[in-house]
Amino acid sequence: MSENKTVPVVDQAAADAALQRVRRRRSIALAGALALFAITFYVLTIVKMGPALFDRGL
Amino acid sequence: MTYFDDSKGMPAMAGEARVEDYLALLKPRVMSLVVFTALVGMLVAPMGINPILGLIAIVCIAIGGGASGALNMWYDADIDAIMSRTQNRPIPSGRVTKGEALAYGLTLSAFSVSLLGLATNWVAGGLLSFTIFFYAVIYTIWLKRSTPQNIVIGGAAGAFPTMIGWAAVTGTITWESLSLFLIVFLWTPPHFWALALYKQGDYAAASIPMMPNVAGETSTKRQIFIYSVILAISAFVPIYLGLGGWIYGLVAAATGAGFVYLAVRLLRAPTNVDMRKAARRLFTYSLSYLFVLFLGLLADSFVDRVGGFLA
Repeated sequence: MSENKTVPVVDQAAADAALQRVRRRRSIALAGALALFAITFYVLTIVKMGPALFDRGL
Repeated sequence: MTYFDDSKGMPAMAGEARVEDYLALLKPRVMSLVVFTALVGMLVAPMGINPILGLIAIVCIAIGGGASGALNMWYDADIDAIMSRTQNRPIPSGRVTKGEALAYGLTLSAFSVSLLGLATNWVAGGLLSFTIFFYAVIYTIWLKRSTPQNIVIGGAAGAFPTMIGWAAVTGTITWESLSLFLIVFLWTPPHFWALALYKQGDYAAASIPMMPNVAGETSTKRQIFIYSVILAISAFVPIYLGLGGWIYGLVAAATGAGFVYLAVRLLRAPTNVDMRKAARRLFTYSLSYLFVLFLGLLADSFVDRVGGFLA
């Protein structure tokens, strides 16, 4: 008699939804990191150049 | 098409990795030590730094340290899959591919080095770049699998962050920053060999030539003792250079004596069970040793600055 092994099978819709959730969280984290990077450069420029940054002719 | 929940051992598919996996690639525990030692280097430096630039510098050093961790996991994926301590890491568990880890590590390295150079100076940026290269190439790719001295030479990678922190503030490499480097450098071998003594089965299975597997337990215990004595003595070098005062002196004497005492107990452990217990104790103590020693240095620096401010 062959051994009847059951493999836990998750339905496709649930698997896709889980994968979508993982991807969404990753995309949000990546967007957050990029936003933080842009803000860092903005702040860095102001700190390095000081008030002189705004003291220039237009 | 069915989706099998039990995917252990299967190759990773793109899109499976979670945010937590990418954070795990940065080796957060190692990163915390890097951040702490770099922060000490910055705070005891004789000059000041704009707090925003200081914060950016610390973040860059942390990310650079994390990037070298990701590169380490990329190269060591095969041996990580063998050792119980590392089997659950993102690559051996199949959640992140090797290519993803490599790209992630290289990208973060480039970003952290560039930003540190632009925010502070290129001595600090260059040092961070060299640290990543040293850890990923010299230690991980070259030394780790080829010599039992791997951790002795490779320990320099963990010791550089104090110098990077110092350089971020002063733009220089001085004897003072080298004395901090020396402490972390000499601390690394007894710290890792104590771990290797009670985890040597793991390292042997992965064919990593750690000192206990190659030279034997007796020789390793003797070398731990010798390094502990040299470490305890070298902890006084910052005082000689005027970096530490009486508070640091007291802390260095007390913690150094504790380190040597535990190394002696390990050396004299009569049975294998006692030896493992003593090795674990020394390993735990070594973690707090560096923390307390550097806190002593920070306390001295703080007292000095407050004294200078009031005078």
